Amino acid sequence: MAKAKIQKKSTDTDMTPFVDVAFLILSFFIMATKFKPAEPVPIETPNSVSSQTMPDNNAVMMSIDKDNKVYFSVMSKSDVQKGKEVIKEAAKRAGLTLTDADLAQYQDGEMIGMPLNKIKGFMALPPAERGKVAQDGIPVKDSATSELVNWIGAAKYVFAGEPLKYLVKGDNTSKYPTFGAVIDAMKRNDEQKYNLVTMPQDAPAGTELYQERLKGK
Amino acid sequence: MASLDTGGDEGHKKGPGVKKAKKLNTRVDMTPMVDLGFLLITFFIFTATMSNPTTMDLNMPKDTDKKDEETKIKQSGSLSVILGKDNSLFYYEGELDATASGFKSATYKEIRDIVIRKKKEVISRYVTDPVCESEAKAKGKSIDDCKQKDFFVVIKPTEDATYKNVVDMLDEMTINKVARYALVKPFDSELELVRLSGGGGPAAATPPAK
Repeated sequence: MAKAKIQKKSTDTDMTPFVDVAFLILSFFIMATKFKPAEPVPIETPNSVSSQTMPDNNAVMMSIDKDNKVYFSVMSKSDVQKGKEVIKEAAKRAGLTLTDADLAQYQDGEMIGMPLNKIKGFMALPPAERGKVAQDGIPVKDSATSELVNWIGAAKYVFAGEPLKYLVKGDNTSKYPTFGAVIDAMKRNDEQKYNLVTMPQDAPAGTELYQERLKGK
Repeated sequence: MASLDTGGDEGHKKGPGVKKAKKLNTRVDMTPMVDLGFLLITFFIFTATMSNPTTMDLNMPKDTDKKDEETKIKQSGSLSVILGKDNSLFYYEGELDATASGFKSATYKEIRDIVIRKKKEVISRYVTDPVCESEAKAKGKSIDDCKQKDFFVVIKPTEDATYKNVVDMLDEMTINKVARYALVKPFDSELELVRLSGGGGPAAATPPAK
């Protein structure tokens, strides 16, 4: 007797389109991403409607973290030596000498938040170690002993004759007095123009800026 | 099928006596590749910084000791905003009188309407200024700037205001197209009022000016 054959259906699904989509997404992410730069402290910046992009060359950035500590970083992709010069000059203004050998491990755009007398020891550490060290923050509070004035002055001196942007990046929860002290340090170097680093946000609907941007489009 | 099938010459006929070659399965198992693909996607999603930070301009005036170089503002067109602790906000128009009746509290959401209302009020009082208008036209700017030339927002962050508060307030100026504003230290009298309202921090070091 012949048994009635039950047709076996394949339970395999064709995964080819799935793989296609997965790799499409993968290639998108590879191309569209920039790696997060290593930061010794995370800083959450506020949002603003501003649409200018942040410069990453010929700029110095003063960062304020959530504990109101101030960090200074020099961003000069085209010439890393400039960053070293700024550190040397800032130290010189405080009566300390640093040599290129002391700064051999300096990386461009690094956030430095140490009082000037501790920089030598700090820079002697390998870069991976440095990220783990809790930095003290550049002294700013007292305007008489504010080392940030030296830092800005040094940056101004090293970048003389070139365009230099001053960026201020503050954490959402940092208190105003620190920001005020940073502004004060800038004022003492006769610098009145600077940029605040923020995350982009759309203009709220119905406001004047919104109307204007709508017209512009 | 999670696999590639590259076989397909089933119908090929061999001559008699020719031994059938054993067919090799040419299917490739694609599962590990898919696994790897998704692993990479996850990695890139987590490490990605999708939106690049933007920057906003801030220009501060030079400090001056000379009285005649200071920026003068009209009382009628000024709006003072005091930023207190825990996102509290206080404002008053013009000059603070002895009873501080104009001293009101608001939230960051309400302040936009307050700024817009005050700006409209100042613009409604505008008397045509031909000098300013012709200057603006010569520079190719709109005369809106002239209309609000008496409007001035004074932002006074207290010790307890956060950086976000200040940036939000500056952003509000951009959003509402306020041409003139300044960051100023609050007066002791204002700090005292903020403290009395329960929104401020420690009492001012010096007694409030009478």
